[in-house]
Amino acid sequence: MSSDHCPPSERPAGTAPADILRLTDFKLRFRGQSVATVNGVSLTVSAGEILCIVGESGCGKSVTAMSVMGLLPKGTSDVLSGDLSFMGKTYDLRRQNLPPHLRGNQIAMIFQEPMTSLNPAFSVGDQIAESVLQHQGGTRAEAMQRARDLLVKVGISAPDQRLKEYPYQLSGGMRQRVMIAIALANDPKLLIADEPTTALDVTIQAQILDLIDELRRDTGMGTMMITHDLGVVAEIADNVAVMYGGEIVEYGPVREIFANPQHPYTIGLMSAMPRLDRPGGRLAIVPGSVPAIENMPSGCRFRTRCAFANERCTERPLPKAAGSGHHATCHFAPLEDHIRVQA
Amino acid sequence: MFLFLTRRLLIAVPTILLISIFVFALQKLLPGDPLLVLAGEERDPQVLELLREKYRLNDPLAVQYFTWVTNALQGDLGISLRTNQPVSELILQKLPVTLQLAAMSMVFALTIGVPAGILSAYKKGSLTDYIANVVALSGLSIPNFWLGIMLILLVSVKWQLLPASGYVPLSEDFGQSLRTMLMPSFVLGTALAATMMRHTRSAMLSVLSADYVRTARAKGLRERRVVLKHAFRNALTPIVTLTALLFGELVAGAVLTEQIFTIPGFGKLVVDAVFNRDYAVVQGIVLVTAVGFIFMNLLADAMYYILNPRLRGQ
Repeated sequence: MSSDHCPPSERPAGTAPADILRLTDFKLRFRGQSVATVNGVSLTVSAGEILCIVGESGCGKSVTAMSVMGLLPKGTSDVLSGDLSFMGKTYDLRRQNLPPHLRGNQIAMIFQEPMTSLNPAFSVGDQIAESVLQHQGGTRAEAMQRARDLLVKVGISAPDQRLKEYPYQLSGGMRQRVMIAIALANDPKLLIADEPTTALDVTIQAQILDLIDELRRDTGMGTMMITHDLGVVAEIADNVAVMYGGEIVEYGPVREIFANPQHPYTIGLMSAMPRLDRPGGRLAIVPGSVPAIENMPSGCRFRTRCAFANERCTERPLPKAAGSGHHATCHFAPLEDHIRVQA
Repeated sequence: MFLFLTRRLLIAVPTILLISIFVFALQKLLPGDPLLVLAGEERDPQVLELLREKYRLNDPLAVQYFTWVTNALQGDLGISLRTNQPVSELILQKLPVTLQLAAMSMVFALTIGVPAGILSAYKKGSLTDYIANVVALSGLSIPNFWLGIMLILLVSVKWQLLPASGYVPLSEDFGQSLRTMLMPSFVLGTALAATMMRHTRSAMLSVLSADYVRTARAKGLRERRVVLKHAFRNALTPIVTLTALLFGELVAGAVLTEQIFTIPGFGKLVVDAVFNRDYAVVQGIVLVTAVGFIFMNLLADAMYYILNPRLRGQ
């Protein structure tokens, strides 16, 4: 957790040396739609930091991650604004993607679907070695040796045998480990993990999270983790960005977010989370569902589902500081106590 | 691999048996007596009886069938009622001609159809895709005989580049043999290329959106490698299936094209035999074609085995 964390929009110009990734005011609209799906997202990932992006399906978190990787299908969307700084170099996303030689090399990504993310036709060894060969060159034998080391690193036993195996011979957790091995092939500075544990059962989930946690401590890589699971966030995050309707509504250190949530949506999410320390009773829900992108309200995009909304909310709120490194994009932030009690 | 193919081969045995029964029954059920053709104008009952004895047509059906199958297994498919040549000899004469034609057509179909399919899937919705589809549709719609005649007129008559017709065995003059077969195989091949292109396109479309293709891109691989290695490898199965099926069809069904280019192949043999009620020949051809189909399918199975690690693992 970087101690000097503050909202990216308020950070002084010039990237701090520990910053690996910095995305500023990213806006993206899909062709054929009139409203931006991602509407001005700014975030920072520092060395060794795990930033969790939380939100419901369709809130734009995966789209943001895919855009950073340059993986969105061509010709389906337009970037309206957004600067991407990576390791001190800035790219204007309207004009260029991240240079391809960084992809799979300095920035790596793992996905939600370990069962289908590996190519069924090639052996595990081939698929890891391919990534090594692509970015480091060298002989196939060297790449295979590296693949073997990587399998050990991600905690796969009998690596020599596993190298020769095919994806169908591996369990889901095992496949996700192989995906992580592929991602680590070139010692990335940043790992983007798009719901890496969603498809796995709980014990395997915990193992994969532990692995990611351990890797960032060992290698100092930054991690941008996308999830809709607050349990995952509590377990692993340093900082949290809560997204709703293509915007970051609250951003801050994980303790702050859990102890002192400022945005009505975050509060809603928290109370919808089952807790072992407060058994019994019904779980609260956030009423309604995310409006289709074409029906996004003007002003605050959450206002149609928000219990506190009033006429002020038809104006677009600005991020407001609510503590150290903590800000919420809500007219009511910082929340007064009577509102929090009500919530 | 051996075990896998043996199992497939064993499945093929009842199939062939069934086909043989069908072929045999067909001959018995068809109207018209081939002996009437043989017996000449007078149709002397005594001659007919003699012929019945000779071809053992008075035996019970089961015995006839059994005799036929036993002989067929020994490579004896009977004697052509018309030319008095052994059927197996006739087939062996014509088969290489048609196999060469089919193989060359397949080369055209694959080298045109597969790349076109890959390209149009990759550039889905673009002008390239549109043009490829229009060309493919024209390829499907233009009748073979028309294209064949046009090619003869242009290439042979006007430009005098290639022979218009005939056949030279491969063993006699390799170059000339390929040259004579070039136009007919092009005519057959382009029609199949269209089918091939459509199937390749749809197979590629489904794998191009697969998660592992996204993974390949996330690795930072070049697009060429993503498409040709990671996607295409997984689209191969339907292409192999189609190739096997089309090849079988080519062997059995190149009749029209063979006629136009006067190629003494299988197709001509079939047509002549059917018109002359030369049942022994028809039976032989159907049987050989059926076995050929089954063999092609075995070959396709062997390819699946090579392509699919899961099969290999069993």
